[in-house]
Amino acid sequence: MIRLGDIAHARSGDKGNHANIGVIAYSVAGYAYLDRVLGADRVGDYFHALEPSRVDRFPLPKLHAFNFLLWNVLGGGASESLRTDSQGKALATALLEMELPDPENLEEMLPGEAEA
Amino acid sequence: MSGIPESIRIGNGAGFWGDNLDAPIRLAEKGALDFLTLEYLAELTLSILAHQKRADPEAGYVGDFPATVARLVSVLKSQPGLRIVTNAGGLNPAACARETARSLAAGGLGDAVVAWVSGDDLLPRLAELSAAGEEFRHFDTGAALPGFGAASGEDRRGAVVSANAYLGAAPICEALDRGARIVITGRVADASLAVGPAMHAFRWKWDDWDRLAGAGTAGHLIECGAQVTGGLLSRWRTVPDFAHIGYPVAILAADGACVITKPPGTGGVVNRETVTGQLLYEIGDPARYHTPDVTLDFTVASVAETGKDEVRIAGIRGAKPPATLKVSCAYENGFSAKGDLVVSGSDAAGKARACGEMILDRVGQAGFNLGRRNVEVLGAGATLPGVETPANLKEVVLRVSVWDKDRKAVERFCREISPVITSGPPGVSGYAGSRPKPRPVLAYWPTVVSRDHVRPIVYLRPAGELAA
Repeated sequence: MIRLGDIAHARSGDKGNHANIGVIAYSVAGYAYLDRVLGADRVGDYFHALEPSRVDRFPLPKLHAFNFLLWNVLGGGASESLRTDSQGKALATALLEMELPDPENLEEMLPGEAEA
Repeated sequence: MSGIPESIRIGNGAGFWGDNLDAPIRLAEKGALDFLTLEYLAELTLSILAHQKRADPEAGYVGDFPATVARLVSVLKSQPGLRIVTNAGGLNPAACARETARSLAAGGLGDAVVAWVSGDDLLPRLAELSAAGEEFRHFDTGAALPGFGAASGEDRRGAVVSANAYLGAAPICEALDRGARIVITGRVADASLAVGPAMHAFRWKWDDWDRLAGAGTAGHLIECGAQVTGGLLSRWRTVPDFAHIGYPVAILAADGACVITKPPGTGGVVNRETVTGQLLYEIGDPARYHTPDVTLDFTVASVAETGKDEVRIAGIRGAKPPATLKVSCAYENGFSAKGDLVVSGSDAAGKARACGEMILDRVGQAGFNLGRRNVEVLGAGATLPGVETPANLKEVVLRVSVWDKDRKAVERFCREISPVITSGPPGVSGYAGSRPKPRPVLAYWPTVVSRDHVRPIVYLRPAGELAA
């Protein structure tokens, strides 16, 4: 198994009582793989504890990215939520821990060296 | 006025109220900016300012801003072309303008023109707008606004503490056209803080959707400050020198393309990862990102690294925005409180949950049925849904949070936390200092209003006159 975080980066935040998670593959190969395995259902199941009323997946192929919109998962939103992460800031971090089946071409999906 | 520039440099030195106080100064000093923007208003910030304005009619704006302007006086003198655009006005742009004018006049900039924009505050007009057919239904659920509406009849303002429409770039552009050095708004769309200067500088037509979309994208990318220069990056270990992170500059070209960069010699990084991550930050459908000025399509964007800490974004398309403007309302809705305890020893997570249930049980025994409650075990994955909890944790933090309409119920909860230390399991500590206190909850209510019902007004005065 691999972690989603091996082949993609992500960031999350709130829109009222909804959360969004932008997931960006490090490579074209990674995007093609995620297009197959990272459907809205899989993300919804992963976050079942938050009881999303709906999960939308929006593809951005030019950017090798997906935007996931998780409806009504923030316990009322920033001011009313009783959760520590009332704004869904940690959800991207949580999603990057998701385990996925080993792809055949993992080498092509890993990030390059970062410029410093 | 001279001709149309090839490009303008817009730097954003604040991403929220509470952001780094020195960032605007450093950015203005080193960013070679035409425009410095400072964004302070999160969804609920205005409701906090509403409480302050109730206590003091001269309050209700972001006090950090006039103080920041006082520190920017020497930069404003040495860079005569630099202009500032901010939403620091909150619920009281006029008072913010007066205090800002005092900062300028005291620093010898009495000739600088200060502009302020009103018209976003709908609270005094709720009854009038209701009579004109506005229903203020919830954006998502379609429900009627609590404490307000044709059916409720009485005390319409009792529950609603703030109601502000998101204005667009037009009043900002008008203020700059009329010579303002500093433009202070209340609620405007964050992206419009950049679109206003772009419209002023480039004289695009207001239906030149693709170029407006380019400017709106630049505004969206820099509105959260350092989040586009390395903040929040998943591979955070690759970000150099977080401690001295640079705040972003958008170099916006007359054709609507932009380059995101940061001042030389600062920490952080601008690359494809930081820019793409921020492009997707807090959006819904990426092909229809609504602002009051233009609806943006991010799916057609091209994002390319063009140099060290330089990323070019081009090809964004725009479309006519909706006929309605978004409105953020807040209303008073009960009280909440939370209490923390450190729990240690074998099966610390299980012990913490037992302590949490004990506390809530005792509130019930006292005769209070709390409206909502939440027991979290920090250290055991409370902020990581979906991630497997590690076994055999020996130390965790218990956090119990509650809400109720009745302040007394929440007060009783606050008293039930410390008794657990002597009347519960061993190994419970970390309860020091005073009891938690019930906090009034301001609930968020997103809705819309017809554009025809919102009229922005721009006021301008030289700082010297305004300060007198």
